[in-house]
Amino acid sequence: MFGSQPSFVMYDEEFRKINVVIERLLRESNSKVIFLVDKNGQLISAVGETEHMDTTSLASLTAGNIAATGGLAKLIGEKEFSILFHEGEKDNLHISIVAGRVILVVIFDQRSSLGLVRLRVKKASEELGRIFDELAKKTAETEKTNKMSPFAEITDDDIDNLFK
Amino acid sequence: MSFINYASREINCKIVYYGPGLCGKTTNLQYIYQKTAPEAKGKMISLATETERTLFFDFLPLALGEIRGFKTRFHLYTVPGQVFYDASRKLILKGVDGVVFVADAQDERLDANIESLENLKDNLEEQGYKLENLPFVVQYNKIDLPNITPIEELRRLVNPGGVPDFTACAMTGEGVFETLKAVAKLILVDLKKGSR
Repeated sequence: MFGSQPSFVMYDEEFRKINVVIERLLRESNSKVIFLVDKNGQLISAVGETEHMDTTSLASLTAGNIAATGGLAKLIGEKEFSILFHEGEKDNLHISIVAGRVILVVIFDQRSSLGLVRLRVKKASEELGRIFDELAKKTAETEKTNKMSPFAEITDDDIDNLFK
Repeated sequence: MSFINYASREINCKIVYYGPGLCGKTTNLQYIYQKTAPEAKGKMISLATETERTLFFDFLPLALGEIRGFKTRFHLYTVPGQVFYDASRKLILKGVDGVVFVADAQDERLDANIESLENLKDNLEEQGYKLENLPFVVQYNKIDLPNITPIEELRRLVNPGGVPDFTACAMTGEGVFETLKAVAKLILVDLKKGSR
């Protein structure tokens, strides 16, 4: 395992399944925006009123937040804090860890409530957990069958062209 | 750990700028931010103290263009350089795809450079990485100052492995993009190997 770690891969099929779950969560929890972030800060998907939102920054800061609270948890002998809640004047953030590796962020206002969000998030997390398990299996199988990486054919010219 | 998204056809990679306190990691990012076209960059975030010392990290997302139909995005992070922020540095190294080590070429910072490089190796090993196996480049910054260690000696001390290295003056931008390009290229070559 010393060396670069395997990439995190997302396929169309799982991406669609994930979006179905979080779009339903958005409706059922009456929330404004929902996004899913990888623990390294990469945005996986976002639904809801995302037009005026800097989702890239949100993703990176959320991951930083989870990493910092995870560090705090370890210091007091906890494995992690699986739910974080930030209360604002108008909008609130509910952050939870799904399947041990993905972060689910729900932004909601007075049209919803913490209780409702918690309840719906719990249900959606189970479904998302299953999808990410499938995804992990699929990625492992693809690696085993040694399917060519789509980047195997990248040429030096392709790379140089990026920097012109 | 890069993130390949077939659904949105994107590759996301994480580059971390490491180095001793006040060596110019944030200045590197600020220069890149200033000189990048608006459509290619996102907002730069700096979590800093009131005296503008990095507290947790700086973050700058860059979109470089397409490669084989995939949008390439690089997320640039800096770590806080001061010795006592080690816990934060460890967190930021999680999932890193490439590292830039910014060395402070000033004579009096030689020990700080060596200490920081050792700290980088330790923290990477804790995460299960080995520096030798990661895309890695070195930058000798503040080359414009009068009191610098000769580059040959710096190279011997902080780049014994002979990875690509660059002299730089991050304030004026000299060497900044060369460094970034070199590490981005190494990451893409790594991805190409497909052994990941």
